[in-house]
Amino acid sequence: MDRINTLARRVPVNAVYAAGLLPFLWIVWLTFTNGLGPDPVKEIELRLGELGLQFLVAGLVITPLRWAGLNLIRFRRAIGLLAFFYVAMHLMAWVTLDMGLRWSEMAADLVKRWYIIIGMAGFVAMIPLAITSNNASVRRLGSATWNSLHRLTYVAALAGAIHYVVLVKAWPIEPLLYLGAVLALLAARVWRRQQKRAATPVRQPAAQ
Amino acid sequence: AAKLTYSPGKFSTDETPNSFEDITTYNNFYEFGTGKEDPSTYASALTTDPWSIVIDGMVDRPGTYDLADILKDQPLEERIYRFRCVEAWSMVVPWIGFELSGLLNRVGVQPSAKYVAFETLVRPEEMIGQQSPILDWPYREGLRLDEAMHPLTILATGLYGEEMPKQNGAPIRLVVPWKYGFKSIKSIVKITLTDQQPQTTWNMLQPSEYGFYSNVNPTVDHPRWSQASERRIGAGLFAGRQDTLMFNGYEEQVAALYAGMDLKANY
Repeated sequence: MDRINTLARRVPVNAVYAAGLLPFLWIVWLTFTNGLGPDPVKEIELRLGELGLQFLVAGLVITPLRWAGLNLIRFRRAIGLLAFFYVAMHLMAWVTLDMGLRWSEMAADLVKRWYIIIGMAGFVAMIPLAITSNNASVRRLGSATWNSLHRLTYVAALAGAIHYVVLVKAWPIEPLLYLGAVLALLAARVWRRQQKRAATPVRQPAAQ
Repeated sequence: AAKLTYSPGKFSTDETPNSFEDITTYNNFYEFGTGKEDPSTYASALTTDPWSIVIDGMVDRPGTYDLADILKDQPLEERIYRFRCVEAWSMVVPWIGFELSGLLNRVGVQPSAKYVAFETLVRPEEMIGQQSPILDWPYREGLRLDEAMHPLTILATGLYGEEMPKQNGAPIRLVVPWKYGFKSIKSIVKITLTDQQPQTTWNMLQPSEYGFYSNVNPTVDHPRWSQASERRIGAGLFAGRQDTLMFNGYEEQVAALYAGMDLKANY
């Protein structure tokens, strides 16, 4: 584990940004080379949304990995911003390519369609996170406030996963896997908290 | 695939058909998986010869009919129809087929019959999608008898002048152009004339979302998404959407079938 941590320390954060943008460039490449099949619009939309969800899940994995001794916390901001980038691009693809700027139809969907409402709520939850993803904001807010604010990640990840499950027909396995992963990662946090709470009163009297 | 002999049919749209490539690589056929590309990837495993169809229920001449027998004396026509999926995408498909009424008249529909029920083949060893219980197999669909007898309703055995590709429902499938695509059941092995409204697969799975009629209707939304507009496959990256037409543009021909019916209640 120490070897991996040492190795991870040598990876520049910019490399994570660069690597994280490769899937985007790949989608752009496929778009211009007709590599996305008969319905490129749906394919672009789906791939961007899935990447957003994947980066959200990756962001949620960092903390449990730290419990296990693997420290990748330096990369969390990059992963979170990449998630925001892909979710924003996914939304852009919906607005421009899929809905073709039919504003009144989109407005109707925004109040009527649960998958749109949930998806949009997830995106909105990510906006303050993206805005405060810099050191100045951490200093200004104080780390406790900043940390509480950034629990909105849980809302975003859960919303993204539910959005995916709700929009498909029947119950295909892939959206359910994302939802399962998000739920497991959130449950792990609840479990960890309860463990800590259970452990605290025992330790305190022993220390006196 | 083998070339078919056919005549140009009535009711064809003058819209430009989608490419053979689009039609054969992008469709739903959950028997081969839930992805749009799954049918073209996995359907080659399907054996379509020999093929027979059981025709039973309220008919004068029930029995197991060999495909060649089914096709006998049914003149093939090209019908270039709009195809509207319930998922809000659409295509234009040059089907080759014959009117379902031709077959029904041949087997003799009894006066008591009110509905026609259809079933797709169940053969999980060749249809890998059937190895998971994503739908309650066999796939079932049904029409009211007057819908089934309507001249727009065809049994299709080909497209683009060739035998039906396996991923599109070989060797024989239903096409009902004014209804959402899932009504047009593929790879048919059973046709039953009945006086009861038959059970249909998507209705069994989510009755609030998929009605028995499932007529294309821009004013009745799917509970989870709008049906007001559609994306035409093959129209290009920046083509946007087009308005969905009542009865998929076949209102003039079929509206009379539903005169006096509440189409919101009978969705």
